[in-house]
Amino acid sequence: MKESMRESIAKIAKRLNTGRAPYIVSGVLIVVGTLLVYMSPRSILAFLVFATSGAMVYFLKMNKTVKLALAVFIAVILVPILGARNIFYLEVIFQIAVFAALALGLNIVVGFSGILNLGYVAFYAVGAYLWGFFGSQQAFLLHEIPGTAPLNTPFLMAPEWFYIFVFLGIIVAAFVGLILGLPVLRVRGDYLAIVTLGFGEVVRQLVNNLDKPLNLTNGPQGITPIQRPPMPKGLVDAFNSMVSPLVGNQVTESQFYNIVFYFIALVVVILAIIVTARLDDSKIGRAWTAIREDELAASAMGIPANKMKLVAFAVGASFAGGMGVIFAASRTFVSPDSFNFMQSIGVLTMVILGGIGSIPGVIIGAAVVIILNLQVLQSFSLYLTQLRQSEAVIPIINFAWKNLSTQLDPAKYQRLLFGLILVLMMIYRPAGLLPAARRKRELKGNAENDALKASKDAAKEKSNG
Amino acid sequence: MRIAQLPLSVREIVKPLGRMVVFVVGAGALFSAVMILLALLFKGSAADLQLIEYMDVGILPYTISILPQVLIDGVTLGFVYAAIALGYTMVYGVLEFINFAHSEIFAIGAFAGVEFLLFMERLGILSGATGLFAYILLVMAVLAGMMASGTAAVIVERTAYRPLRNAPRIVPLISAIGVSFILQDLIRLVESLTSGQFHRIFPTFGPFDDRVSLFSFDMKMGPVDVDIQVKSIVVIVAAVLMLVGLNYIVNATRIGKAIRAVAQDRSSASLMGVYVNGVIAFTFLLGGALGGAAGVLYALKFTRIDPFIGFFPGMKAFTAAVLGGIGNLTGALLGGIVLGMLESFAGAYLTTFTMGAMGAEYKDIIAFAILILILIFRPSGLLGEQVSQKA
Repeated sequence: MKESMRESIAKIAKRLNTGRAPYIVSGVLIVVGTLLVYMSPRSILAFLVFATSGAMVYFLKMNKTVKLALAVFIAVILVPILGARNIFYLEVIFQIAVFAALALGLNIVVGFSGILNLGYVAFYAVGAYLWGFFGSQQAFLLHEIPGTAPLNTPFLMAPEWFYIFVFLGIIVAAFVGLILGLPVLRVRGDYLAIVTLGFGEVVRQLVNNLDKPLNLTNGPQGITPIQRPPMPKGLVDAFNSMVSPLVGNQVTESQFYNIVFYFIALVVVILAIIVTARLDDSKIGRAWTAIREDELAASAMGIPANKMKLVAFAVGASFAGGMGVIFAASRTFVSPDSFNFMQSIGVLTMVILGGIGSIPGVIIGAAVVIILNLQVLQSFSLYLTQLRQSEAVIPIINFAWKNLSTQLDPAKYQRLLFGLILVLMMIYRPAGLLPAARRKRELKGNAENDALKASKDAAKEKSNG
Repeated sequence: MRIAQLPLSVREIVKPLGRMVVFVVGAGALFSAVMILLALLFKGSAADLQLIEYMDVGILPYTISILPQVLIDGVTLGFVYAAIALGYTMVYGVLEFINFAHSEIFAIGAFAGVEFLLFMERLGILSGATGLFAYILLVMAVLAGMMASGTAAVIVERTAYRPLRNAPRIVPLISAIGVSFILQDLIRLVESLTSGQFHRIFPTFGPFDDRVSLFSFDMKMGPVDVDIQVKSIVVIVAAVLMLVGLNYIVNATRIGKAIRAVAQDRSSASLMGVYVNGVIAFTFLLGGALGGAAGVLYALKFTRIDPFIGFFPGMKAFTAAVLGGIGNLTGALLGGIVLGMLESFAGAYLTTFTMGAMGAEYKDIIAFAILILILIFRPSGLLGEQVSQKA
């Protein structure tokens, strides 16, 4: 049963990858997805078709140049235009980008070098509070009681500094990673997971409580407003004059910031992908893999295990730090709530779902989790709310929808979602949806991988012959 | 008569009781001494002067006057932590794996016990319960919590851990984190199905909120009364009974011997005819039941519970287990008591000694900091032997 299913999937994959099929499929998907999103900007289904078209461009076998051109076309032209039509999509895509970068960073730690870091979000907090402090009025409020900012407090730094601080965030977070890693990495295995969890909690609690004696973080209320990078004059108008005839509505300046941050996040993610991919294939990457598989053997072969683990920790942390700065600026608000244990687990869920150690896998994982979280659960909630407002009754048990408790909103059950993903993946598919190439090679003999390999070989022969 | 000459069954009851007394007295004396020393050092400091200005007492008499109350709170909390910590330590002893979901098993127990009492309240039984009957109801609530938690622990083991038993160590840990999240939301789901909210309040009944006056002593600023809440006594007595019972089961019965055998060497135990899967399930049952009872006691002490209460007690109990030496039952007891004392002392004195710069909120940070320090400098814990770590 399972075998036949796999075979048929392999067959479909093979058919999709022969001749002109991939070009036609991805082209049609892009056009259909764009049209669907354009016509019904609120439907999830339309968005999913559009998202699939992006994924197909990556997965189908096509000429590299065509692939790149299509990807650039989607990312640079289609997404902003569609985003202008429904700004919520940009929010979703921005979040996907942010969490993809976080997941890529965590993937270096968990996936490449095998250190389970449960406090990863602490580094994200370091970046966010770095710009949160220097990019806001907080420096002048050190002796004020939280929540009583005088009206005419100036900002500490000009908004242009944001770009510098993205890099500063990367450096500072890497440095914090080093400082934490030095003592912590002597601990091994699952103890290390707990230590990192403890560290994450310590950072959150510190941020929560450092509103006295000096009001550094404004405590649980968080810091706001935080400055955004400056917008070049006339950019919004130029965009509007170009795009509004297509879209049919004007974009306000605050909405346009969504587009700006989308591009900033996109650049960072692309950088993160390049860095991760280069690292994975480098000497350091192979050292990490060796440590992951057997630390003792690795050090016996002359790999400085502790140093390499430190590097992994710092590089992973640096991604989170940079994204933290961007996050703080895009929200203009940071508070300790954004950096709780659940966020760490959320990022871990993305890595596990996509495939530990696999770069495309991790990005897909981030996309799937964010879409589930922000769109599927939310719209399910919305549907329930509508039912609740109606007079409808569940037939057999005679239960009126309006009596349904608001506590049952699916959107509130993210933990259940994360938990189910973690447990089910661990039991049924520990290597993830898209296992890392290296893992795939390791798992030779596994029937599933044989089938995969066979289909690929066949496709290769076809394209060669 | 020497302890070693007693028959095994008596010995295994006397020994843990003796240890508890030693740990409580020792930890209490140590912490009190450190605190008084600190107060002496702080004499004449800004904190001292501020205290004299506002409350008209110096820092030393202030410290001494609240010390007995702090000690009582610390012991109560310590026993709750110890009861939870035993669940972690037993599972770690047998499977070498951190049962991350134990904190939610604890929460399930708390909810089962409170729901039982709320049910009794709805039947109208609770309001009339006085004297012995109130205690019987409380015992039944604890038993309900133990049953619910024990069952939940066994189910979790069967579904989420057993399929992964031979996987790399990181895999069951991730699965356990997943289970912990699932359970949190399941509790929330069940609780909000039956009513609009997901938190519950422990119903007030019986004499548990009364205070028993213990003794009073005279200070310069007037007599200081030391009293203890009835529920604190209940928590301590119940925890002591459970800890002794567990120690008895593990050290003086047949199934206990099987547990120790599996902990030492799973495959050899299996060759000797020990039914390993059954023993592991039983370990989860024991640890879960203990956690559940601790949950009900926790609810009794702190009144308000929600599906996420497990996290902090769970983390602290884990810290306690590591502090004492994970896998070591006595160590969990010691770790729990030390951590409970520490938290109680931090909560009571930190604000005064730092002049309000660091409030009682920092007690959580202190627990985590201890966990990190212990794991870095003495991963085997206070009482643990040096165990070789498998990566």
